[in-house]
Amino acid sequence: MSRLTLFIPLILCVALGGFLYSSLGKDPQELPSALIGEPFPEFALEELSDPQRQVTQADFAGQVVLVNVWATWCFACRIEHTWLNDLAENGVKIIGLNYKDDRAMAQEWLDQRGNPYQFSIFDSRGILGIDLGVYGAPETYLVDAEGIIRHRRVGVVDDRVWDNEFRDLYQKLMDTTHDQ
Amino acid sequence: MTSNSATLLSRCLTGLQTLGLLMLLSGSVLAVEDIVSFSDESLRPRYQQLLEELRCPKCQNQNLADSNSPISQDLRSEVHRLLEEGASNPEIKAYLKSRYSEFILYKPEVNRATWFLWSSPVVLLLIGLLIAVYMARRDTRSAAQASAAAGQSAGDRQRLAALLRNEQVDNEQPNNELSDYVGDVQSESQKKDREQ
Repeated sequence: MSRLTLFIPLILCVALGGFLYSSLGKDPQELPSALIGEPFPEFALEELSDPQRQVTQADFAGQVVLVNVWATWCFACRIEHTWLNDLAENGVKIIGLNYKDDRAMAQEWLDQRGNPYQFSIFDSRGILGIDLGVYGAPETYLVDAEGIIRHRRVGVVDDRVWDNEFRDLYQKLMDTTHDQ
Repeated sequence: MTSNSATLLSRCLTGLQTLGLLMLLSGSVLAVEDIVSFSDESLRPRYQQLLEELRCPKCQNQNLADSNSPISQDLRSEVHRLLEEGASNPEIKAYLKSRYSEFILYKPEVNRATWFLWSSPVVLLLIGLLIAVYMARRDTRSAAQASAAAGQSAGDRQRLAALLRNEQVDNEQPNNELSDYVGDVQSESQKKDREQ
């Protein structure tokens, strides 16, 4: 019995090591999203290219869409942009959320790099950003036809991320939407 | 020589004083101060307290009061707006938590993910107490055994003394086994010396 107690420190060390090892691959910058399974927040903001046009969540209701948070000041958005163009060409509907940006610069950006978005919400003060819990760009949300947020990606979406996190879920949502 | 070392010492002291002063000042310099005005000055302490209890979502180890990232500025103005609208502290925290998740609270609520964290101080204290009690009891037990041994009968003590005497006598005699062994080793090494 007393000999067994000698193993307690070893067991504790192995347990601690296992716990630390399991945490190694995790990204501490990645926050849990409070909005998964919640409806997309209501909003009423100007459209980027047309200040006269007000857009709301009703503008993409009934469709499976990606909402992509972008800005001209966001370096990673440049990398993501060409990829988003490809995705849009493949028929995925993407809504832009132009976050805390300058309207003229944002429009110039789309003219130069192509516009993958159905439309872009112009959120110059980050109002919708706060409602979504945005804390940086780029961020991408997958919203189903019911207007429920199903997935969120903080950071760049590329082939790997799309395959790992979005593809199956997107396909499933598209299938159920077509069935109805 | 002595005056030289005295000047050196006084210089060191002045340096230390300056360093200390700088360290005192740095705390207030590091904290970000926005110029905020309140319709009611009684809101200001609540504003400060909330900024210290809310975490910057972008910068992990800073609260909203310390961080100067754009998102923290936005959230500070959001807290300000909510305070002016008459929201209570729990309401403001719930508002931010519903958007930025539990992460934004520097003092997390007790729930399934955090009960272990919250209970660990008490659990560790209890474990420590258990170990302390166990060790104290073990000490008293061995002390009791020692005093029992001290209280042995006079006959036992005489026998013990006799045993000790015998051992001393034994020790004075040369240990045959040991001297044999030493002799073996010596002859071995001499043999080696000759071979070389």
